[in-house]
Amino acid sequence: MMKTGFREHGSRITKGLVLFISTVLLAFPFYWMLIATFKQNLDLYTVENNPFILNAKPTLDHLRLLFNETRYVRWLGNTALVGVIVVVITLLLAIPAAYALTRLAGRWGQRLGIGIFLTYLVPPTLLFIPLSRVVALLGLQDTIWSVVLVYPSFTVPFSIWLLMAFFKSIPRELEDAAMVDGLTRFGAFVKMVIPISISGILTVVIFTFTLVTQEFVYALTFISPESQQMVGVGIPIFLVRGDVYFWGSLMAACLIASLPIAFLYNLFLDRFIAGFTVGAIK
Amino acid sequence: MAVVETRNLTKVFKQGELGAVNNVNLKTREGEFLVFLGPSGSGKTTLLRMIAGLEMPTAGEILIGDQVVNHLAPRERRIAMVFQSYALYPHLSVYKNIAFPLKAQKVKKELHKEKVEWAASLLGISSLLHRKPRELSGGERQRVALARAIVREPSVFLLDEPLSNLDAKLRLSAREELERFHRRIGTTTIYVTHDQVEAMAMGDRIVVLNKGVVHHFGTPKEVYDEPADTFVATFLGSPPMNLIENGDVIVGFRPEHFRLSETLDEAKVTFKFHVENVEYLGAEYILSGSLLGGRFEGKEVIARLLLGHAYEPGTTYEFAVPERHLKFFDRSTEKRVEARALTWQ
Ligand SMILES: Nc1ncnc2c1ncn2[C@@H]1O[C@H](COP(=O)(O)OP(=O)(O)O)[C@@H](O)[C@H]1O
Ligand SMILES: [Mg+2]
Repeated sequence: MMKTGFREHGSRITKGLVLFISTVLLAFPFYWMLIATFKQNLDLYTVENNPFILNAKPTLDHLRLLFNETRYVRWLGNTALVGVIVVVITLLLAIPAAYALTRLAGRWGQRLGIGIFLTYLVPPTLLFIPLSRVVALLGLQDTIWSVVLVYPSFTVPFSIWLLMAFFKSIPRELEDAAMVDGLTRFGAFVKMVIPISISGILTVVIFTFTLVTQEFVYALTFISPESQQMVGVGIPIFLVRGDVYFWGSLMAACLIASLPIAFLYNLFLDRFIAGFTVGAIK
Repeated sequence: MAVVETRNLTKVFKQGELGAVNNVNLKTREGEFLVFLGPSGSGKTTLLRMIAGLEMPTAGEILIGDQVVNHLAPRERRIAMVFQSYALYPHLSVYKNIAFPLKAQKVKKELHKEKVEWAASLLGISSLLHRKPRELSGGERQRVALARAIVREPSVFLLDEPLSNLDAKLRLSAREELERFHRRIGTTTIYVTHDQVEAMAMGDRIVVLNKGVVHHFGTPKEVYDEPADTFVATFLGSPPMNLIENGDVIVGFRPEHFRLSETLDEAKVTFKFHVENVEYLGAEYILSGSLLGGRFEGKEVIARLLLGHAYEPGTTYEFAVPERHLKFFDRSTEKRVEARALTWQ
């Protein structure tokens, strides 16, 4: 009795401790960005000041610089637009492909699935030179359409691979039952497979969207005009001038850009976790 | 209601290998409860799935209601199927699960509620309609699967081991319920099982399958008393039929027909039975041991006896089988042959 009591107590403390540490670790960057956003430059650069708090009156200068002297809002818009389009393209290609590979192609489907995943491992630093030829040939350079074209080349393989694991965990009998009950194979796919694997599909959405917002190499190579920038490239290019870092504005830009994603993650956290633990669900 | 018929139905999954189902010819009767019985891997599920239209036959024809349905999709065959795993739709409530076939087959919306409630009350699950499948017990899931199957009033029911996921006690009551259910709705039913007791208890007729081949097709009594070959003889009955080789035939007799010689006053064949193990099962004994003396020295046999006489392990008794209970099988083909006179010593 005593022993188990102690153990339960102990495990609760451990749990709390782990939770506390990870919360601090995860929340700290956000806090840091937040206070840097409102710190006066003098406060920021004075080494004697306590860096964790505001030592002088907060200022809106950095935000003003960000919104008035850069095309930050435009970049956010570009990124959101590219994100949505790439998510749609990825879903349209990856869902049917993953389904066909798991259900229809037999043993070859497995091998092909692995092959598709391998293409995901080729680094963009190798690919951007040939791809820039393609982009130039199509006349897409310096527009966001260049990255709309290129991003699916790595979001689709990964998503196919993830969704294959998902579809494989759905018992075939469910689709069979739906077909006996009156649906066509396509109907069973739409009304059974998709709703059941909604966690996997959400995972693909979030994963794709995140990649689009953080991708750097392609966005940097293919796009130069300020108005066409993606947020991940625009911020470091236009807020680092020579060796001058506009820290306050940089932090503000990062904070604002990361909030929607953090929000999305939290909204679908449970399903997201389910997405990465397929097989554990039935 | 309809009659299901298969003609030379064959399914080969991998070319060059033995088929999962080979040349199966059978025909149900109107409203019959037909059981496919066979060990695991004998092709029962494959056969059923071909009838359902979920598996494409390699050769042969399937007829439902005198119509060839080979080219029809599952949804066009007017069948309902209950799967071994029940295959309840996990993201839908029980109500929506049962209403699913109605919706999928575009039955008028006004009728849904009434039909779902009818099916649910028939199976005693009216109080569960708002739950999700994961919140149900095994027995409840099985009923939901059945309710979903009957709701559209199909002409044929296909059931693939619907009781195998239930525990032993529940299985018995579920079995009785299924029988009552079938008597009530009277739809032609094909029921797959590997459990010979289930098959005997429920089937109007039984199709005994092994390696995709029909070994015997008959009533439970025929299949048990007049097995077509040694496979059927040993697959049905627990403990299975004793088989001993005698010349160019194999002679079989059921454990319950192997008794103390002195209790039998009819034409019989006697053996010296050395009892090695005695199992007391409450209502009966199971004796296992071997024959002594003569040509059958050392042959292992089993006897099943009602209580009334105490048997000691390590003792030799005079046992016998009435001649009319001896079954004869050809030694090379293992098929049943006419009874014949044999020398026994
Ligand atoms: N989709 C399939 N692909 C290849 N072989 C299969 C497939 N389905 C069943 N089989 C094989 O066919 C045989 C019969 O299987 P099945 O019909 O499931 O038997 P049962 O239901 O009697 O246990 C088995 O040997 C099984 O391995
Ligand atoms: Mg089976």
